[in-house]
Amino acid sequence: MDKVVDWFSIFWQESAEGTGTYAYTLLLGLQLTLEISVIAAVVAFVMGSIVGVCRTLPSPLARRLSGGYVEFFRNIPLLVQLFLWYFVLPELLPRDIGMWLKQVPYSNFYTAAFGLGLFTSARVAVQLSAAITSMPRGQKLAATALGLTTRQSYTSVLLPMAYRIVFPPLTSELLNLIKNSSVALTIGVAELTQSARNMDSYTFQTFQAFTAATLIYLALNILVTMVMRRIEHGVAVPGMLVAK
Amino acid sequence: MNTAATTPNSAAKQSSGVPVIEMIGVSKWYTPEFQVLDSCSTSVQKGEVVVVCGPSGSGKSTLIKCVNALEPFQQGDIFVEGVKVNDRATDLPKLRSRIGMVFQNFELFPHLTIMENLTLAQRKVLKRGKDEADAKARKLLQRVGLSDQAPKYPGQLSGGQQQRVAIARALAMDPVAMLFDEPTSALDPEMVSEVLDVMVELAREGMTMMVVTHEMGFARKVADRVIFMDLGAIVEDVPTEDFFGSPRSERAQLFLSKILSH
Ligand SMILES: Nc1ncnc2c1ncn2[C@@H]1O[C@H](COP(=O)(O)OP(=O)(O)O)[C@@H](O)[C@H]1O
Ligand SMILES: [Mg+2]
Repeated sequence: MDKVVDWFSIFWQESAEGTGTYAYTLLLGLQLTLEISVIAAVVAFVMGSIVGVCRTLPSPLARRLSGGYVEFFRNIPLLVQLFLWYFVLPELLPRDIGMWLKQVPYSNFYTAAFGLGLFTSARVAVQLSAAITSMPRGQKLAATALGLTTRQSYTSVLLPMAYRIVFPPLTSELLNLIKNSSVALTIGVAELTQSARNMDSYTFQTFQAFTAATLIYLALNILVTMVMRRIEHGVAVPGMLVAK
Repeated sequence: MNTAATTPNSAAKQSSGVPVIEMIGVSKWYTPEFQVLDSCSTSVQKGEVVVVCGPSGSGKSTLIKCVNALEPFQQGDIFVEGVKVNDRATDLPKLRSRIGMVFQNFELFPHLTIMENLTLAQRKVLKRGKDEADAKARKLLQRVGLSDQAPKYPGQLSGGQQQRVAIARALAMDPVAMLFDEPTSALDPEMVSEVLDVMVELAREGMTMMVVTHEMGFARKVADRVIFMDLGAIVEDVPTEDFFGSPRSERAQLFLSKILSH
C-alpha cells in the first residue's frame, strides 16, 4: 500500500514552476490541449466543408482552387506547416504587420490551433467530397428538377446525407486531431505532452509523468469516441443501414 | 381499334395554341466525336400524353432531361409554354419547378420523411407556408393511396410506394407538364401496375405528359402519340394507333417485335 502511495505522491508535490502541484500542471496542459482541439476542430469542419463542396461543384475555377488548397495542406508535414505560420509568415509579410503578428498575445497558441485546423481541413474536405460524389447522381438531379438552386440542393439534400456518410471517418479525424495537437509544444505551447515533459525534467519521474499523460489521452479519446457514436446513432436515418 | 376511345380529344389538343413543350432541331454532343441527340424536333400540346421509346442508349433520357435543362445542348431550341429553355436570361429554377420529373430510381431524399419530401420544394421554391404545403402534400398522398405513410422515411417503403411518393412530390409543385424517365423499370414486376395505375389516372385527368417507357400496354391505353428514337434521332413521331398498327421504319418494327414478344 505504501508503495502505491509513494508512486502517486509525486503528483501532489508542489511543482518547480511554483504554480501548484504537478497534477495541476498536467490539468493545465489538458486544458490547453482541449482548447486547441476545439478551435482546430471548428476550423477543420468549416473550412473542410467549404473546400469539400467546392471540389464537387461544376465550376472549373472552384475545383482548381479547392484542389490546390487540398494539395498544399495535405502534402506538407504538420510540423513544417506550424513552423511556416509561426516563424516564416511574419517575415514574409510587410514589416509592420509582421511585427504586430509577433506581439499578438498567445500567438503560439492561436498558430497551433489554426494551423492544426487548416491541416485537418484538407483531410475533411477530401472525405466530404468523396461522400458527396458517392451519392447517386439522381439525387442532385431530382433536387434541381424540383427547382432548388445549387445552394439549396447542397444544404437541403446533398450535405445532410453526405455528413451522415462521412461521420465515421470524421470521428477518426477528430481523434487524430486531438493527438496531433501535441505538436503545439514545438512552438512553446505547454499543452498536455509538454506538461508531462516539464514534470519529467524537474522530477526525473519519467514513468509517472508519461503514464499519466498516456492515460489522460486515452480517456479523452475514448470519451470522444463514445460521444461521436451516440451522435451517429442519433442522426441515423430510419430504414437505412448503420454500423452497430 | 377504336380511335376515338384511345385519343378522346386529340383534335382539340392539336389546335390549342402554344404547345406546352416544343423542341426544334435539338442536337447534343458529349464529345466532338460523340453526338447523343441528332436534330430532334417534336412538340407536346396541353393535355397530350406522348410516350418515348427506343433501344437502350438511343438518347431517350437525354432528350427529356433537355426539356427542363438538366442536360445542356449545343444546337436547336426548346420552349416550355413559350419560354426558351436555352436562354441565359431564363430563370431556370423557376422554369424547372413548373415541370414535374419522375426518375427510374425514384430519387426520394432518404433523410427526409415522406411528408418532408413532398413539402421541401413547395416551401423553398414556391415559398408556400407550412400549413399550405402540408395540406397539399396530404391531399396528394391520399391521391396516390399513401396517406398512412406520411411520417415514414423512404427507406421504409417498397419500391412501388416510393415511386408513387415521387409522383406525388412532383405533382405538389402544380406542374404544367410531367416528365417520366422509365418510371417502372427499377420495380419488381408485382409493383409495376400500382405505379402505372397512378399514371393512367393522371393522364385521364388531362395532365400533359412525356413518358419514356417500354410499357407498351400503357402506351396503347393512354398515349396520344408515340415517339420512337434510335441512335439519338427521332425516327417516328406518330399517333399511337399508327405506331402499333404499322410502324413505318424497319427499326421500329424490329424494336416492337422484341418488346412485345416478352
Ligand atoms: N454523362 C454522359 N457522358 C457521356 N456519355 C453519356 C452520358 N450520359 C449518357 N451518355 C451516353 O449517351 C447515350 C444516350 O444515353 P441515354 O439518353 O441515357 O439513353 P437511353 O435513355 O435511351 O437509354 C448512351 O450511349 C450513353 O452511354
Ligand atoms: Mg434512359
